Amino acid sequence: MNLELTDLTLMQAIEALRSGEISSRELTRACLERIEKLEPSLHAFLHLAAESALAQADEADRQQVTGDGQHKPLLGIPIAVKDVLAVEGLPCTAGSKILEGFVPPFTATAVKRLQEAGAIAIGKTNTDEFAMGSSTENSAYGMTHNPWDLTRVPGGSSGGSAAAVAARMVPAALGTDTGGSVRQPAAFCGVTGLKPTYGRVSRYGLVAYGSSLDVAGALGHTAEDVALLFSIMAGRDALDATTQDVAVPTIDLVGATLAVASGRGLAPPLHGLRIGVPREYFVRGIQVEVEAGVRQAVSVLEGLGAEVHEISLPHSEYALPVYYIISPAEASANLARYDGIRYGSRIQAEAMWDIFYRTRGRKFGAEVERRIMLGTYALSAGYYDAYYGQAQKVRTLIKRDFEQAFERVDVIAAPVAPTTAFPIGAHRDDPLAMYLEDVFTLPANLAGVPGLAFPVGFDGAGLPVGMQLMGQHFHEDVLLRAAHAYQQVTDWHMRAPSL
Amino acid sequence: MDFEAVIGLEVHAELATQSKMFCACPVVDTTQTAPNSAVCQVCSGMPGTLPVLNQKAVEYGLRVALALDCQIAPFSIFARKNYFYPDLPKGYQISQYEQPLARIGRMTIVTSQGEKVIRIRRVHLEEDTGKLTHVGRNGQAYTLVDLNRAGVPLLEIVTEPDFRSAEEVRAYAEALRAILRYLGVNSGDMQKGVLRIEPNISLRPVVAAGFKPALLGTRVEVKNLNSFRALERAVAYQIQRQAELLEAGKVVQQVTLGWDEAKEVTVVQRVKESEDDYRYFPEPDLPPLAVEAGWVAQIRTSLPELPYARLQRLREQYDLSDYTAKLLVAEKSIADYFEQAVTAEPSVPAKSIANWISGELFGLMNQAGVDAAGLRVRPAALAGLVKLVSQGQINQDTARKVLAEMFASGEGAEEIVKKRGLGQVSDAGAIAQLVKDVLAEYPNEAAAYLSGKAGVANFLFGQVMKKAQGKANPQIVRRELELQLAEIKAD
Repeated sequence: MNLELTDLTLMQAIEALRSGEISSRELTRACLERIEKLEPSLHAFLHLAAESALAQADEADRQQVTGDGQHKPLLGIPIAVKDVLAVEGLPCTAGSKILEGFVPPFTATAVKRLQEAGAIAIGKTNTDEFAMGSSTENSAYGMTHNPWDLTRVPGGSSGGSAAAVAARMVPAALGTDTGGSVRQPAAFCGVTGLKPTYGRVSRYGLVAYGSSLDVAGALGHTAEDVALLFSIMAGRDALDATTQDVAVPTIDLVGATLAVASGRGLAPPLHGLRIGVPREYFVRGIQVEVEAGVRQAVSVLEGLGAEVHEISLPHSEYALPVYYIISPAEASANLARYDGIRYGSRIQAEAMWDIFYRTRGRKFGAEVERRIMLGTYALSAGYYDAYYGQAQKVRTLIKRDFEQAFERVDVIAAPVAPTTAFPIGAHRDDPLAMYLEDVFTLPANLAGVPGLAFPVGFDGAGLPVGMQLMGQHFHEDVLLRAAHAYQQVTDWHMRAPSL
Repeated sequence: MDFEAVIGLEVHAELATQSKMFCACPVVDTTQTAPNSAVCQVCSGMPGTLPVLNQKAVEYGLRVALALDCQIAPFSIFARKNYFYPDLPKGYQISQYEQPLARIGRMTIVTSQGEKVIRIRRVHLEEDTGKLTHVGRNGQAYTLVDLNRAGVPLLEIVTEPDFRSAEEVRAYAEALRAILRYLGVNSGDMQKGVLRIEPNISLRPVVAAGFKPALLGTRVEVKNLNSFRALERAVAYQIQRQAELLEAGKVVQQVTLGWDEAKEVTVVQRVKESEDDYRYFPEPDLPPLAVEAGWVAQIRTSLPELPYARLQRLREQYDLSDYTAKLLVAEKSIADYFEQAVTAEPSVPAKSIANWISGELFGLMNQAGVDAAGLRVRPAALAGLVKLVSQGQINQDTARKVLAEMFASGEGAEEIVKKRGLGQVSDAGAIAQLVKDVLAEYPNEAAAYLSGKAGVANFLFGQVMKKAQGKANPQIVRRELELQLAEIKAD
């Protein structure tokens, strides 16, 4: 077969497996070979599960033949999992030295649902330590490089997953998004990435960073691919009390649900869709090509039948300070459990308290330490009202902005990040500049609404430009449908970096 | 200067649910279970795990809150209480802070001074911590962690500072324990630590009536009190000690104290320089706890009659003494036992049944270390025994022996009496014959009696009873003795 198996989209791979054109072993082996070839230059993975993946591929092939796996939409599909999601039997470090050697005895619900649908976890991808960062430079195990330009960052914190998909190491991957960690690396690497509604996908097995913001999402080449993974992961989970019982849209494998054009005669596919363009997201500091790319994409959507309205999200400008109070506050509590006693690695000492001081003092990276201190401060007696309390109030205002906007429009179109992928080390000595990377993605997390990033062009340096669509709570299908329609008439999402 | 004590209580009661507060692990007796055998990824705080609220724990908490006449919050919020200690796997305890499950309740206590209402400030749900054991000393020291208790549901019940004496504190503690046991939510076993009572004590000068009360003095807290006696002693000790300090012009230091059971003194555990900062914030992993009015109403109607109400009712309905009624209601199972016995034999005076339970039966139970659950004497059987006594079929002495046998074998009273031929002889003819035989056998003693030595009557009585193998009805024996002796005299 001349076909490059690793170039297949998720949907194409499923087709090929079902028709018997390829086997899961062939596909999995092709992925492993490509990973082996590219890892030295990209370092997208922290752990590979080659043996168990191949064993599962053989089992999938058996089920494909016998028909036992007929009801499993992802039968035999290898996927990569960000290393903050637990997979039973595979190491889970969250990119941190403090969790070195930790092998969870359970699997995150989101991953488990994909596995039950036949997916194979081929390995764990690199991430900023505890998902705190926008470049993967904060990984304690070395950074990931952008497949489009190895001197640049892939974004973060799900940089390993985005790079792995962009480099065709896997057809799709899982990430997590607390302040933009799926969408921003998706934009930097030219892939499609969905941050679902908060409460839509279980957080059980997701190493907590900002518990009121964290959500697991999917990265793939197409909106269709991402939609399929999403529809399987989503839904109420008895193990996560914050998940909600809202009907999950079913995604037909042949794309009937998404192929909006069908059954509507000659009506343009997005007829009636109201798109809001928030003026606050197109101001100072934004790279010209990013703004141009997003506006161009909006007019493509308009051409497909959508109406475009200018809207305002006035409190979005406070999203950054609000986020950098709430997420560190939650993190300061979430990371208190890492004491080196029950799991992970420890620095031994004579006295009990010295074990804690040394383990925590040396095994957390600088950014993690910074956020623990920020959060501890924001929650302290005498400061709580001025920081955490105030931030929660402003968060409510940000949420309200979105509610009001969604009275007028169905989706909101905005840039994902102010720039395309920046050079490695560009923000090394300036945490605030790094925080500004997330300025357009944070509001969706604070409001809990879904966001979808997908490629809409390239800048002069040949780097992908991304756009995000944000929607109402639990309206992921609207975003996916719009992006799918866009991807039917463009091919940015099918471009591959030359590696 | 005179001082008065101002005391408030914080009580932590483990809730005896099947599973833990936030995971499916069983709640076990940590004194009887291998360490870390009832532990999972959730209660050991593994990364990525999340709490899921145990509805039964909420229900148990509501039972207590309603029994304490509290106002139930339609919405309450879980919060993270942050502090770092090796018995706390997550580095924070899930508790409730600003919006607890319930507030503003009351409980009536009875002391030698009469009745008094203690105000309840709040009742909230939280999770228990693990247990640390420090082993060895000097260089070889290490600490063992047992997480079996981590995540067990706890109810914290906080009173207003309404206590003025150690006696009041003890009365409250005992009454609260009885309520918890009546509700079936806690075994009340202080030795095992499932019920932990922590008093905070301060003194203030007594001011004349009509004046504004003096400001509260510095407060100390006392921990690890594992019996009511220790609680009462520790409070009394602190009141005395603080009074001595204040009278000597010294200051009371803000400390947390422990109780040294052997020396009967409090010892300083920790000096508090400032209030602890627990950095509470709402628990993002748990949505607000909504308690619907319908649920509350349902729980309210399902509450059993509580100890205080039952005490009053038993006293009046069965004409019991305060003392006996108190003994009976201390345990719900005993009070139930009493009332079942009364129902089984309505013809038997309830008072007699009460006395048999609180006297003879309690004695046997204490001796054998048996509680109501392990008791082999069924309520109807006990009533049957008391009935035999009240009908004069057996006498008190025989009844005691029969009860001991019932206690050991679980057989009925009548069965035992029949089997052993213990039935009391009340047949006047048969007894008359026995008396006649004895008087014939002991003519000298009979003569002595008749010459005025009244004391000899008891000897003669004893001889008759001996002949009757203890089964003769003593009243009839006495009457017959007197009758026949009078006849001899008349001759």
